[in-house]
Amino acid sequence: MEYVIEMLDVSKKFGTFYANDHITLQLEKGEIHALLGENGAGKSTLMNVLFGLYQPDGGEIRVNGEKVAITNPNIANDLGIGMVHQHFMLVENLTVTENIILGSEPTKSGMINIKDSAKKVAEISKMYGLDVDPYAKVEDISVGMQQRVEILKTLYRGADILIFDEPTASLTPQEIEELMNIMRKLVAEGKSIILITHKLQEIMSVSDKVTVIRKGKGIGTVITKETNPEELATLMVGRQVTFKTEKGPSHPTEEVLKIENLVVNDYRGVAKLKELNLSVRRGEIVGIAGIDGNGQSELIEAITGLTKVKSGKIYINSVDVTNKKPRKITEAGLGHIPQDRHKHGIVLDFTVGYNAALQSYYHEPYSKGGIMNYKVVNDKATELIKEFDVRTQGVHELARALSGGNQQKLIIGREVLRNPDLLIAALPTRGLDVGAIEFIHKRLIEQRDSGKAVLLITFELDEVMNVSDRIAVIYDGAIVGTVVPQETTEQALGLMMAGHSKREVDKEMVDTGKDGDEHHVE
Amino acid sequence: MNIMSNKMINILVPVISIILGLLVGAVVMLISGYDPVAGYTALWNGIFGDSYVIGETIRQISPYILAGLAVAFAFRTGLFNIGVEGQLIVGWFAAAYVGMAFELPKIIHLPLALIAAAVAGALWGLIPGILKAKLHVHEVIVTIMMNYIAFHVVNALIKTISGGGFKLDRIQPTASLRSDFLSNLTDFSTLHYGIFVALAMVVVMWFILEKTKSGFELKSVGFNQNASQYAGMSVNKNIVMAMVISGAFAGLGGAMEALGTFGTISLMGGFTGIGFDGIAVALLGANTPLGVVFGATLFGSLKYGANNMPNAAGIPIEIVSIIIALVIFFVACGYIIRIGLVRLRKNKKEAK
Repeated sequence: MEYVIEMLDVSKKFGTFYANDHITLQLEKGEIHALLGENGAGKSTLMNVLFGLYQPDGGEIRVNGEKVAITNPNIANDLGIGMVHQHFMLVENLTVTENIILGSEPTKSGMINIKDSAKKVAEISKMYGLDVDPYAKVEDISVGMQQRVEILKTLYRGADILIFDEPTASLTPQEIEELMNIMRKLVAEGKSIILITHKLQEIMSVSDKVTVIRKGKGIGTVITKETNPEELATLMVGRQVTFKTEKGPSHPTEEVLKIENLVVNDYRGVAKLKELNLSVRRGEIVGIAGIDGNGQSELIEAITGLTKVKSGKIYINSVDVTNKKPRKITEAGLGHIPQDRHKHGIVLDFTVGYNAALQSYYHEPYSKGGIMNYKVVNDKATELIKEFDVRTQGVHELARALSGGNQQKLIIGREVLRNPDLLIAALPTRGLDVGAIEFIHKRLIEQRDSGKAVLLITFELDEVMNVSDRIAVIYDGAIVGTVVPQETTEQALGLMMAGHSKREVDKEMVDTGKDGDEHHVE
Repeated sequence: MNIMSNKMINILVPVISIILGLLVGAVVMLISGYDPVAGYTALWNGIFGDSYVIGETIRQISPYILAGLAVAFAFRTGLFNIGVEGQLIVGWFAAAYVGMAFELPKIIHLPLALIAAAVAGALWGLIPGILKAKLHVHEVIVTIMMNYIAFHVVNALIKTISGGGFKLDRIQPTASLRSDFLSNLTDFSTLHYGIFVALAMVVVMWFILEKTKSGFELKSVGFNQNASQYAGMSVNKNIVMAMVISGAFAGLGGAMEALGTFGTISLMGGFTGIGFDGIAVALLGANTPLGVVFGATLFGSLKYGANNMPNAAGIPIEIVSIIIALVIFFVACGYIIRIGLVRLRKNKKEAK
């Protein structure tokens, strides 16, 4: 068997803690090898060892059968190892070509030769089906295309082994499909790929083999064809995981959130929400399905008071909160799990305790007469940590030190414990592993069952299908249709997300489903 | 057992930094043909030599503490207040003017003069604060320009008020921070009560940041404006407040000079430099109240003690400035030494 990369019995210690404990990973030429593990299992550490960012404390690495010491990323590059980072390393105001040649600019008598480089970029992109415009500025292109630029960067530098670090985290379903095709094409052309992920569907659809690690230990390698998502999840988490979210029927009662003809413009005056109407009642979860950029962010910001509403009304519990200050809206009964937890959800350099009090620090018992009572702050946080299973060394640890899933649990705990009537959860499971996702879905359903209204915004189709009681599809700033998950399919949803009205979609489904004999819809 | 605890490293780093700075300074003196031993003896005697110089050193430290607090406080809210110099100058003037112009009992006059300095500095900080909050004008640009405005406006005011003279009349004794007791204690140095004002402000800053609701908000905004806004805090209000409090600290720094050291304000030929040194003081002190005390002590001691080097060891003032800069430079590079120590500890552990 010919292996292009062999990591044999590799260990990496931080202090006394084994981030990688004797892990073996063998990559064959021309295969897509998935590296699966929960957040914090040690996937990134292992790849950083391979990429020369960390030095292993034990074991050996072989490239094409020869033992190598990768002491810095340049050596990794020379060995033909390239990394496509999860957070793109691109200079936004340079062009695609400029970004690709950055750091190894070809020069002609001292001048950078952009023209030849662009030609070379176009060649490579054609060869692998990586559609990019070499002269477009990175800030003007879509996330999917930015990722293709990252891939091109590694190929341009002659990489034969590509490491993809959580590549689908910020892509739409269509872009994910496209990426899968690119990866298949890359291996067909003789490249080898290591795919770091915790998304089981992706692994099933694209990989040849899967190496699972759990809590720093190598659990083993399985062949994708001979396994199934349930087995992989069990291997990864170490216990049985339920995929189908368990929930009973909903019993919606009175209306909590009511939005009428909402219009929001962005800073240039372009309408982002166009006469949007929406209603969420107590005891139900309404999912907003849609492709990123169709007005979801503006909708959340309008409800939470972070952006100006041009016209239309927003009511929470029949109180008009349109254009009120965020704190006033919060006090009207709103809890909010923001879509970008690092930017909006927590203060990374604050302790866990401080973060738990971020929404309630200003009133009693947290503070009194302008003086904080940090004992109460920390006691309450300790309760939160326990109740929401936040894995942390304690209230004095910085939020930065927590894993993504635990940061999210902290935010959810903070919002839920304030007991809001309306809970907005925006991409609540982004970047989390199955264990954490399961936990968060359960909590959302718990909120619903205790009579709260939940508004779920997500880009994940199966999440919106599994968790919501009603799905409102957003397209181009308006709700184009509302469906019940049990009565629709992912395909129908996908069409509506692409701008087809519910009626059109119903018709099309009937047409294709019944092979054209019953045209009674009109 | 841990050979070198983290606490130990925290103490060792600044000590080693200072020693390294002094060593390189010694090389500079050797190359220039001066005797480093004589030079450093003079420096030592200039700082700790007798009770008189100790008094003067402490007197020098007071305004540095306040300037350092001003920079550090703004920094904790994510603002870079380069305008401490200007805020200090207007504070100096306000204190000197109130001290001179009124006749009041000491119990009212002295606090009034101090408050005038704090208010003047606060106003000078308010303007960049509002511009930043409302119009997103970068505070660094505004505060730098406010320094020039302060400088020339105060010079013009001195001329006008003194009827064309080069300084204001001396402050009334009722507004003075001078203390016979402290002066006698230190062999008739100019040590005044200002150091207690400065130390009180250290406590005030600590209290605001660590105990109050406003402090919670200020720090939160400093770390993450977006999340603070999402949590319902007013980012703009906090920016303005941080600049106002920062300016008040700086203004009090000016009062030290007006009511303590000089008893007046004279036409300035250039910036005092205290406000700018405050930036380094704050950064050396990692923007914490206690750290600022250490940073100011280092700055004040070196600044005052170095005066003795030309006199006692014949080293030209230019070389002295280089040596002082070297020491501060090495302290600022402390993290390199920290890395070295941590590595050393690791190697020792592995060797065991």
